[in-house]
Amino acid sequence: MRKEFTIQMCALFEKSPFIFLTGDLGFNAFETLRDVMKNKFINTGIAEQNMISVGAGLCSRGFRVFVYSIAPFCYARPFEQIRNDVCHHALPLTLVGNGGGYGYGVQGPSHHALEDYGVLTTLQNMKAYIPAFAKDLNVIVQHIIDRPLPSYLRLGRCEIPANFQPPEYAPWRQLLKGDAGIVICVGPLAGSLLGDFIKMKPLERPDLWALCELPIPDIPKQIIEDIAIGKRLLVAEEHVSRGSAGEMLAYMCMKIGLTPAAFFHHHAQGYPSGLYGSQNFHRAESRLDAVDIMKTLSQGQTKK
Amino acid sequence: MNRNQDVFILSKGHAAGALYTALWSIDEAIEEDLMSFCKDGTKLAAHPESQSFPSIEFSTGSLGHGLSLSAGVALGKKLAGESGHVYCLTSDGEWQEGATWEALIFLTHHKLFNLTVLVDSNELQAFGTVKEVASMNDLKNKIASFGATVLECDGHNFAAINSALDTPSLSPRVIILHTVKGKGVSFMENKIEWHYLTLNEDLLKRAQKDIAAL
Repeated sequence: MRKEFTIQMCALFEKSPFIFLTGDLGFNAFETLRDVMKNKFINTGIAEQNMISVGAGLCSRGFRVFVYSIAPFCYARPFEQIRNDVCHHALPLTLVGNGGGYGYGVQGPSHHALEDYGVLTTLQNMKAYIPAFAKDLNVIVQHIIDRPLPSYLRLGRCEIPANFQPPEYAPWRQLLKGDAGIVICVGPLAGSLLGDFIKMKPLERPDLWALCELPIPDIPKQIIEDIAIGKRLLVAEEHVSRGSAGEMLAYMCMKIGLTPAAFFHHHAQGYPSGLYGSQNFHRAESRLDAVDIMKTLSQGQTKK
Repeated sequence: MNRNQDVFILSKGHAAGALYTALWSIDEAIEEDLMSFCKDGTKLAAHPESQSFPSIEFSTGSLGHGLSLSAGVALGKKLAGESGHVYCLTSDGEWQEGATWEALIFLTHHKLFNLTVLVDSNELQAFGTVKEVASMNDLKNKIASFGATVLECDGHNFAAINSALDTPSLSPRVIILHTVKGKGVSFMENKIEWHYLTLNEDLLKRAQKDIAAL
């Protein structure tokens, strides 16, 4: 999604200037942005704590600031700077984390972001955006600008199936209709599952929803109605269970007295085998693939 | 300081009491505010809160944040072509925080001449002397080696401080202020416990007497 992100940022800079800070990352991706932004594009070096607080200082002078790094580097090490200097002061700083979840694959756990949006959305004023498709960035970047408060943008790999036209961006979108339960998916994983579900017959596949903003906006009426008629619910996400969208959704269901016939959660399991590989390898280890998800959804169900 | 242009950031937020008194002296805080210090419902917490007074730009209290925040403000002024100067007061023990050195690299690299760093060097920290806990050894030369101009003066001598502030420099400036914790109060000087203790009526009278005799 970095290519689309660069295009959107270049376009945005022309109409609404901002400052872009990078922690020495963006090689082969942000050269154009750097050329367009000139002295407003600043490589702050390998010093993430300083980068966040410098960003907060710039915001206090009226600038909009985007801060970029590999996802874990932009929220884990400088967490206190995000908490005290950015969120407590409700400043319009956007953390842009590339490669959310297992996105950096075989680079290993230091480069994975498995608890990012859970941790960040505990902070005051923070909102997380997890685009499902590269095309979503067009709208999300504008949402970020229209909301002058702290935000986190988790970039991933656009996995949209060929020839699929996604619905217009919304925090909740139904991507596919089916009869075999409801699958709610966070971010780009939706594209990967869509590619498999779309090949299945409607009777055998689930409804597929993409969720792209956290904290979770109100649950769509359609999902509430489908749960009420007995559809089983499964949440799939590249994030650990604690602080996840699945946990948030279960809490929201309880608050409105909505009880699914069954609730399943496929989430990042860490490194169960102790082995490392591509993003898809880690997804498979966490059962974040269509085959495992369909197995779970059909547990205890008699075949129609 | 020019209140309309300059910015002061108290990185050593535990010195909030002194900041509140300074704000009172410029009519930003009122006496009732001071009397509510650290009581329930106060605006004057033990560490400064940015929403309490316009001159408190940032809430501080966790050490090692102020210098980066100050660098951001100074860079923002530079990019916006704004006049005015940024002053950041750190403690000496605070230089044990790694982020402070990240900030020093940044502010010297970006030639932030509109930023002056003041180091309150009383050589004491929360649970021992700086030398005992994690000695900074030659802090002056360490900072200078990053490309800053480092000056030193008696931190209790206003003329010396003003002179240091007026000294022209060809790189961002750091002024090490040599101070004595509890200066002028006989029973407080150089005593770590006064990082934590509060005065009772008798001790208050003794302290006032000591200060009056200065």
